[in-house]
Amino acid sequence: MRVPLSWVREFAAIPESISPEEISDALVRVGFEVEAIERQGQNLSGPVVVGQVLTIEELTGHKKPIRWVELNCGDLETRFVICGATNFKVGDFIVAALPGAVLPDNFVISQRETYGKVSNGMICSSRELGTGQDHDGILVLPQDAAEPGTDAISLLEINDVVFEVAVNPDRGYALSIRGIGREAAASLGVKFTDPINQVEAKNYSEGEDAVDVFIDDPTAASVIFLRSLAEFQATRPTPLWMKRRIEKCGMRSISLAVDVTNYVMLELGQPLHAFDSSAIKGSIHIQRAGANTSLTTFDGQARTLNSDDLVVADDEGPLALAGTMGGKSSEISEGTHSIAIEAARFDPTSVSRNARRHKLFSEASKRFERGVDSSLAEIASARAVQLLVDLGGAKHIGTRSAGQPRYAPVVSIDPHYVATLTGADISLAMVEEKLLIVGCDVEKIDPRNWNIDPPSWRHDLLQAADFVEEVARMVGYQAIPSLLPPHPVSPGLTSQQQRRRKVALLLADKGLAEVQTYPFVSAAVLKAMGYAGERAATFRIANPMSEDAPLLRPHLIPGLIGAALKNLSRGSRNFGIFEIGSIFKDVEKLVSAQSPATASRPAEAEISAIYASVPNQPIHVGGLLIGQVEIEDWHSKGRAYDWSDSVAFVEEILEMSHLKWDIKPANFAPWHPGRCAEFLVSGKVVAHAGELHPRVCEAMGIPARTCAFVVNMSSLPESSVVKGTLLGTMPVAVQDIALIVDKNIPAQAVEAALREGAGELLESIQLFDRYDQLGDGKVSLAFSLTFRAPDRTLTNAEVSVMRENAAEKAFKQTGAEVRA
Amino acid sequence: MTSALELNRWVSEALSAIESAGDMEALKSARITHVGDKSPVALASRGLGALTSEERAAAGKLIGEAKTKIAAVIAERTSILEAERDARVLLEEVVDISLPTRRTPRGGLHPLTLLRNEICDYFIAQGYGVAEGPELEAEWLNFDALNMPPDHPARSMQDTFFIEPLESKLVLRTHTSPVQIRTMLENEPPIYVICPGRTFRADELDATHTPVFSQVEGLVVDRGITMAHLKGTLDQFARRMFGDEAITRLRPSFFPFTEPSAEVDVFFNDRWIEWGGCGMVNPRVLAACGVDTEIFSGFAFGMGLERTLMVRHDLSDMRDIVEGDIRFTQHFGVSL
Repeated sequence: MRVPLSWVREFAAIPESISPEEISDALVRVGFEVEAIERQGQNLSGPVVVGQVLTIEELTGHKKPIRWVELNCGDLETRFVICGATNFKVGDFIVAALPGAVLPDNFVISQRETYGKVSNGMICSSRELGTGQDHDGILVLPQDAAEPGTDAISLLEINDVVFEVAVNPDRGYALSIRGIGREAAASLGVKFTDPINQVEAKNYSEGEDAVDVFIDDPTAASVIFLRSLAEFQATRPTPLWMKRRIEKCGMRSISLAVDVTNYVMLELGQPLHAFDSSAIKGSIHIQRAGANTSLTTFDGQARTLNSDDLVVADDEGPLALAGTMGGKSSEISEGTHSIAIEAARFDPTSVSRNARRHKLFSEASKRFERGVDSSLAEIASARAVQLLVDLGGAKHIGTRSAGQPRYAPVVSIDPHYVATLTGADISLAMVEEKLLIVGCDVEKIDPRNWNIDPPSWRHDLLQAADFVEEVARMVGYQAIPSLLPPHPVSPGLTSQQQRRRKVALLLADKGLAEVQTYPFVSAAVLKAMGYAGERAATFRIANPMSEDAPLLRPHLIPGLIGAALKNLSRGSRNFGIFEIGSIFKDVEKLVSAQSPATASRPAEAEISAIYASVPNQPIHVGGLLIGQVEIEDWHSKGRAYDWSDSVAFVEEILEMSHLKWDIKPANFAPWHPGRCAEFLVSGKVVAHAGELHPRVCEAMGIPARTCAFVVNMSSLPESSVVKGTLLGTMPVAVQDIALIVDKNIPAQAVEAALREGAGELLESIQLFDRYDQLGDGKVSLAFSLTFRAPDRTLTNAEVSVMRENAAEKAFKQTGAEVRA
Repeated sequence: MTSALELNRWVSEALSAIESAGDMEALKSARITHVGDKSPVALASRGLGALTSEERAAAGKLIGEAKTKIAAVIAERTSILEAERDARVLLEEVVDISLPTRRTPRGGLHPLTLLRNEICDYFIAQGYGVAEGPELEAEWLNFDALNMPPDHPARSMQDTFFIEPLESKLVLRTHTSPVQIRTMLENEPPIYVICPGRTFRADELDATHTPVFSQVEGLVVDRGITMAHLKGTLDQFARRMFGDEAITRLRPSFFPFTEPSAEVDVFFNDRWIEWGGCGMVNPRVLAACGVDTEIFSGFAFGMGLERTLMVRHDLSDMRDIVEGDIRFTQHFGVSL
């Protein structure tokens, strides 16, 4: 809401000694954020005067129309200026900046020679004066606005301060000069005069020929007033003062009738609509649009109405989208003589739906959505009549109304609750004073029970806490002390949270950089990654940021590839990145839940249904490895990340979590079908690692042989408490064994068999050589077995037996033969 | 029998040979010559058996003193020569210790993770737990239970990502407040939790906005909780985040889920920063979660992690936080 200070001062007795900054601070203190303070006219100095056009000579032979204009600027002699605009005629009143004047942006006006003439000043547009955006032509003043030579800076009230105030959605009343004036006055402790006091609403009688009005749907509006006027002179100009105030509030002056309705809306907060009543067939009805209706609105757009749309209709059909936008057929035109002014208290929800359905967010809908003072329908419509009679020569012929204003109910509160909830030392006297200031009536039944009647403009004051806020903001939040609540005992991080942190630190320590990518992905990318069936089943955003990525990620790798591409494009060649985040899979049978009422805790079944309507969203950690892990430099040729590095990351994560795992080859997108490891913990798949599929690398534009790993953190079991282990102090005995085995037998299977066969005294086992050039689909694996007994030095004979047992088990389980 | 005179001569010969030995090799041969098995001293020592006991005692003493003297000089010379050798050999082994080392590439945690951890640790120390919830959330938990019924204007304040089909009533959560609701539905007061997490609103990415961002919210529900406790909690939190000089200011504001509501500003680096929103939990929200409002009251607050990070660490462009450029993460490493 743009709020001109000059207008606020009409109702709030703010002395000149209070600076705009102090007024702004006062508004902020009571909950109105001032986004900007605009000082109009600050960089404008005269002489800028009213002039009347005496003669116009069109100069020809130039690229654009140029006029040589003779002006009466109140001087003894007439004055000639060059002007490039053509929207004026002889006799018009204009604003002329004379030599010596300085316009905004340090535009100095001087006598100058141009187009072969000496121009002695400039005719100004609104934008040049800094009073508006209009630059289509020069500013033409209403006829006889002022004598030529009158100072235009004061005539146009250019010197003013305009506050840009952000109004929260619970305070519709403050979308008006009346509302902001009240708040500013209350905060500054100055007198406030309610503008509605000057309106004599009861002066306008029912009359005989007035258009009748009915609220057909009682949920649509609580009250409506319709005031009929005749003999309106539509071409009468809007007076300059009104025009200027409308402009300062950021709206455009259109015609007298429209300007009056807008002016009253800005002043009081009640949106009004003016119909050309000659277009009304029969009576006015507030109703739902019903099936198969349409309406052409002011903006010329033919709209098909939703049957639930709230409309203002006559006996034949819709005339306006209620509270949102008027219809073309009943629009005020230059030929309009009879007018019907409508002022209603429409249902906020209905107007909000109107606006959203038709994407029409107007000044009117903004106010109706937030709720309009119910008492204003009568008063604001009377105020508009008063202005149309005074300014447009209209005659009131009758007023009809329907419905009754509805106000927020009286609430009984314990006034001590204010101090209890705020923790501030606020006396009952103070509570009463502040409630009166915001417009409440207070009836004190006893010290613990007050009946509070909220003012007509407050529909948001419904429970005790609402009144606490009113008192607290009027007292000022700075009055609330600063204390710490009692400190409970913290449960600390959960084991899952702790594990996530450790994994992140582990990966960072191993040289990977954490990224956080958007979880949005496209179907094309999912396809390129090779996800199909359940792997590709995910959720679609109904209103995505971009149609390019409307899906939620079912896997972390696509996002990591996106981040990798960004880094590659910025010159990074060798890096590892990781992300920890939720993934989304549309694989459960979800049942959408009812939305239970919120007045009290819903039934447990209802809560369970809501919980069950939300899909499981496991947390994964994923990593992507690109280029070299050991960078080529002065002491080594470097080493590229390979599949085993990605497998190692998973092993380290599982080992760190004290989990035991099995590893199996897997064919799993987006990995290379021959270079992908699947990890199982307690028989459940928990992770994959390896080299990415060459086609994925190619399709996504990342380097060949890029490696990746993903661990489903949510699927990892809790680690059990780690038990101590015996640290052997006896000497170790080391035995090597070389085995020949089929290539397709995983080394881990051979190792497991050796381990099992070697017995309890085997301390560790290490694969120290692998040779795959034997032919016959065989491979040689050489292991080093380390034995240790807890209580004695092992003899050679003992160790040989254990080695043979190990070899025998390996042969039985994997067909491995000892290499000769 | 060896005379004292002879003995003295042998000793002085030995000493001069030892003193003049230029390296360990020369010292070794001097040692063999003058105190070795065939040296005059050793031979003299062996000849003692032929003497009477008195003569033996006297001569033995002399020979022993001579041996001791020579041994001491050898030891001294050895250490000198060893030092000289070491100095020579180690000099040959000198490396350029300024050469680039074999280091693991620099990894790091994302600064948002670091900040989140820092905030969690701070509140854990204050007695809070850390509650989390799903990013894809039920509308009822994200809106209705927070006193935002379907047509509440506040719902249009936030541009929500809705999930198809709309009947699924699923949204990408617009704040972490649904975690507060879940916490209250699942636990009896007293409740002291903070809820960190990712949130979503349909804002275009630019220098100050991102459609995917992070919040941390706090929720306290206990007996006798007042706005003074909210203020104290925020004051101390602000000092932890922005330094001991940080000052906070509460401004009246509006949120459907709090009453009274406030914006919290922090004075940092000579200007007021809009930091977050807060207020006393609206009794309607407590009621929807089954909390007895006659007994309990509560406060809640929430701030954006990106904003906190940008203000505190002087970051000018939101895009650096969200684009996944490794240099951004590497710059901070594992601590802010």
